[in-house]
Amino acid sequence: MNNAVVFPMVIPLITGVLLVFLQAHLRLQRIVSTLALSINIGLSFYLLQIVRTAGIQTLHFGGWEAPFGISFVADSFALLLVCTANIVTLLCTLYAFRTIRERRERLYFHALVQFLLAGVNGSFLTGDIFNLFVTFEVMLLASYALITLGASERQLKESVKYIAINVVSSSFFLIAIAYLYGLLGTLNMAHLSVRIEEVGQTPLITVVSIVFLIVFSLKSALLLYQWLPGSYSTPPTAIAALFGALLTKVGVYALFRTFSLLFYHEQQITHVIIGVMAGVTLVGGSMGALAYTNIRQVVSYNVVIAIGFMLVGLALLSTNAMEGAIYYLVHDMFVKALLFLLAGTMIYVTSSDKMDEISGLIRNYPVLGWMFFITILSLAGIPPLSGFIGKVLIGIDAIEQRAYILLALSFLSSLIVLYTLIRVFMNCFWGETIISEEDEVTLPKSILAPSIVLVIITFILGIGVEGIAPYVTDAAETLLHPNIYIDAVLSK
Amino acid sequence: METLMIIVSGVLVTVATYLLLTKNLMRIILGAAVLTHAVHLLIMAMGGFSGNAVPIIRRPGETYVDALPQALILTSIVINFAVTAFFLVLAYKVYNRTKTDDLNNMRGIHHE
Repeated sequence: MNNAVVFPMVIPLITGVLLVFLQAHLRLQRIVSTLALSINIGLSFYLLQIVRTAGIQTLHFGGWEAPFGISFVADSFALLLVCTANIVTLLCTLYAFRTIRERRERLYFHALVQFLLAGVNGSFLTGDIFNLFVTFEVMLLASYALITLGASERQLKESVKYIAINVVSSSFFLIAIAYLYGLLGTLNMAHLSVRIEEVGQTPLITVVSIVFLIVFSLKSALLLYQWLPGSYSTPPTAIAALFGALLTKVGVYALFRTFSLLFYHEQQITHVIIGVMAGVTLVGGSMGALAYTNIRQVVSYNVVIAIGFMLVGLALLSTNAMEGAIYYLVHDMFVKALLFLLAGTMIYVTSSDKMDEISGLIRNYPVLGWMFFITILSLAGIPPLSGFIGKVLIGIDAIEQRAYILLALSFLSSLIVLYTLIRVFMNCFWGETIISEEDEVTLPKSILAPSIVLVIITFILGIGVEGIAPYVTDAAETLLHPNIYIDAVLSK
Repeated sequence: METLMIIVSGVLVTVATYLLLTKNLMRIILGAAVLTHAVHLLIMAMGGFSGNAVPIIRRPGETYVDALPQALILTSIVINFAVTAFFLVLAYKVYNRTKTDDLNNMRGIHHE
């Protein structure tokens, strides 16, 4: 029992409620939300340290022991993602101060971000599958409000689709939970894992697992990604960056958790399906990224490609591939936020999101240009940046398991990521300068600062791989050996 | 009783699917609401019925009903209520802004 486990979810929740009451005081709102996020970052790193030394931490609410009450379980995998999510949220909030305009900020922007983070952190930490549904809904409701924030016509049109698809997939989630409860009589994930092992993964359970796969694929944009480019390209940059970095990754987390802890007995069915879906996602995302010349669309399709890549790791399900996928997941949360922020800054200075209307930006904004270039290299997986290690580990494992098609697809898609973004870079930064010095929009340091921090992080994650290796190894170990998780939850 | 519930739930899912596949925004919202109610009935059926027993164990040996599905349904109803309310307000806003509730007119980005 460790009460600290609940804090990453509760601190944003309380802060969010507090911020609702501070609506009139913008300055105070900014200070409170920055402060709360910083505390949360510190706390999640502290928890990560504790897990490293003392093993998985659990919390059973109200003292109801494991299978009966709701448990929160903090293992390395969850906490790595909690840390990442908190840092990304802080940076996106800082970026929003200068860019999102006061009108939106007064519409409870900061409170909604806190609620979103509460949902995200809750989803990472919960050890109960129905509670996962609830935290998903907390996150989604905040995201519904954020995506419509400001209510421009395009935002409204796109958010209708986003909400409709998520409401339907939430119903599917409940259907899957209902069947699982009917079959196994429990909802605690550790207890579910034990029961599935006892009775064997019968065909019925496999069918239920596929319903879960559909639900989480919808949320994480695996194969069923058609809603994503539209809805992620409409909100203001800071919100789009948060969505691109966090929301789909929660779905990916849920897939990793359920298909390594619960449904891992029939890999020739479930994991083959995941592999095929990942392959098709890679192809589809690449086609989308190639097809558009709108910067927002290109960037959004790049989110889809990365999701496909991570799920290749889950489909292979072995130590190397898992570690690779976890490295890549953490890397992608940072770098996707960075990519969205930079693309948004480009749109901010030119007031255009069409590639062919922008050129020669490197003269006006050299720092922005070079940061964009580093981001591209990082996404393509060039050492010493953070994308490298994940790609290598997944690649090695794909060769070992003779999954040549997945190997080819994932590395070809890396090339396409490189191509599509270099195309943006060459179009927008090279060529004739279109902005004369007089009408140059000044780019204050406070807008660039969050991106600079993210660039530094991608360097640190790339060069300092040794530093986070113990945590990632531990996370992969727990995912591959469900007994570690089960013992931690059920023993006490 | 379970059989009846499953059939009712199936009928509701059919209705919901039909409503969700139409192009009118109001019908889609109603469809989503009906779908969640169908799921609630499914959860109820999954928990099993035992006559008119209550979910309280008063004396050992007395029949009682599993309380968990009811707790799940209650939670889900609350969430669904909030989501539907939000969705309705959004539909109203969209209608005010675009003067249409037809999804065909809400297509996203056109090809250049």
